[in-house]
Amino acid sequence: MHASFLDARSRIFLVILAGAATLVPILFLAVPAGSALHMPAYLVALFGKYLCFALLALSLDLVWGYCGILSLGHGAFFSLGGYAMGMYLMRQIGPRGVYANPILPDFMVFLNWKELPVTWWGFNSFSYAMLMVLLVPGALAFCFGWFAFRSRVTGVYLSIITQAMTYALLLAFFRNDMGFGGNNGLTDFKDLLGFNVQSDGMRAALFSISAIALGVGYLIARAVVTSKFGKVLIAIRDAESRTRFIGYRVETYKLVVFTLSAMMAGVAGALYVPQVGIINPSEFSPANSIEAVIWVAVGGRGTLVGAALGAVLVNFAKTWFTGALPELWLFALGLLFILVTLFLPKGIVGTLSGLSIWPRRNPPQARPQPTPAE
Amino acid sequence: MSLAKDDSTLTSSVLYLDGVCVSFDGYKALRGLSLTLEPGEMRAIIGPNGAGKTTMMDVITGKTRPDEGEVYFGGVHDLTRLDEPSIAELGVGRKFQKPTVFESHTVEDNILLALKAPRGAFATLFGKASADQRERIDRILETTRLGDHRARMAADLSHGQKQWLEIGMLLAQDPKLLLVDEPVAGMTDAETAQTAELLREIAKDHSVVVVEHDMTFVRDLGVKVTVLHEGAVLAEGPLDVVSADPRVIEVYLGR
Repeated sequence: MHASFLDARSRIFLVILAGAATLVPILFLAVPAGSALHMPAYLVALFGKYLCFALLALSLDLVWGYCGILSLGHGAFFSLGGYAMGMYLMRQIGPRGVYANPILPDFMVFLNWKELPVTWWGFNSFSYAMLMVLLVPGALAFCFGWFAFRSRVTGVYLSIITQAMTYALLLAFFRNDMGFGGNNGLTDFKDLLGFNVQSDGMRAALFSISAIALGVGYLIARAVVTSKFGKVLIAIRDAESRTRFIGYRVETYKLVVFTLSAMMAGVAGALYVPQVGIINPSEFSPANSIEAVIWVAVGGRGTLVGAALGAVLVNFAKTWFTGALPELWLFALGLLFILVTLFLPKGIVGTLSGLSIWPRRNPPQARPQPTPAE
Repeated sequence: MSLAKDDSTLTSSVLYLDGVCVSFDGYKALRGLSLTLEPGEMRAIIGPNGAGKTTMMDVITGKTRPDEGEVYFGGVHDLTRLDEPSIAELGVGRKFQKPTVFESHTVEDNILLALKAPRGAFATLFGKASADQRERIDRILETTRLGDHRARMAADLSHGQKQWLEIGMLLAQDPKLLLVDEPVAGMTDAETAQTAELLREIAKDHSVVVVEHDMTFVRDLGVKVTVLHEGAVLAEGPLDVVSADPRVIEVYLGR
């Protein structure tokens, strides 16, 4: 298992992540502000955000690249994780809000609510909130997948209902009486675990934690796809009914991987929120989920590393474009997607490994004797 | 239920179909198909296009639910109530007309996936292939003459090699009953003869149903033949007897 589990590509990726997790805080905190090597705070937050998007892309690649489930609603799981974190951060504000209510967040006071809704109970506890970061997206994915996969909804129909799911949540979270801050969402965060979310130390820590989360997410995804389970996923992607006829319960496999993926996306959202300082319903917008699909396509579907790379590259381009030529960004994104589909159908990483710069996933090799299973 | 009648044909047969009817949007693909297969028997099914051969396979493997009729496996399992994975688990293997192998897996992994082993998500997530399984994979690769190709992607195999790989996958499943749909379509004469040999070998300890158009191949198999026509059995018996039947000549052989 170890031979293919941590291949050269994985090691390079993990080393880069580890390097970023240590170097960025040093360049930001220890190097004096005047130095050319100093990293400004806004860049730390920006790169931290890219890492969260990379984790979202990774989770999407796990279901799309390996199991053929083209989810156009992964932004929903990301946002739900983000809301769970946002609710914890709101409860940490306490009496420092505008209305100085020790229990109720400002928007509830403004709406004239007298007590905390049930959905908010327990969110003053960090561990409860973190549990919800995993459980809420996981439970939604489980319920959604239970019905969709059992009814054998596949292909474009599945994509459409995932899109409908995130759109429905967008509309629901816009409503004030849902109790999640309506249009404005959750913002004005103060503390995370007793530390100021705006402080330099917290920014650096959040960046490093995002890098570590991406690394752990990668290891989990890699363990899944290199196991026999992963081989079954690829079999489902390529020949679903054949997989059924040799006795695999396809819907169970899809359900397990979809739920796992949703939980990873939830973690990405939870790390994203304190770094950008706000979560609002627009995060549920279908366009966000579609953009995530483009990141994966650009980087290389079914490569994991490619998904993360695609997320970082496309968002880097987005940052640059929206600064330099804001009105052209969507055209550039569309053009990028068309060009990649036409000329790099396997994405950046997929194309590079085809050129054998990196070892192939299943290197053709002579095997003189049976080796231990993967 | 017929089970309670202590029907000896039913309980001793590996496959029992009685009065099976299937219709698609008014088109009757099967109209009262009845068929029994004894343990260890190999049966060839022939019939013109649209006779219901593939629909029959679909009914047995759980892909299609019959509107009427009984389908029993091993005398006790009602196949009309089970889905594809459960039926595969019981020991019914199917080879498709068009070779369907897992193209982005190696030859070896194709066999590994088909190998009889726990099929649950957690078993495959945390389990490891045992030395015994490795040995079985090696044996199957040898039988199907794919040993030299084990590390190749299935997509890169020739048509004939894919057919053999698929037969290898069936062997790996070690089913009690094998359904083989047109195994020699697109094969050279030499490959056809080798396939007949391989199937006869397999039939020594499995029950096999072969659907085939190729008369030379059916003659090579030398087994009892069932002729289907318009969704029901038209004639049954040795190929020589069946091919002398005037009704069979009229609908199929004589054309």
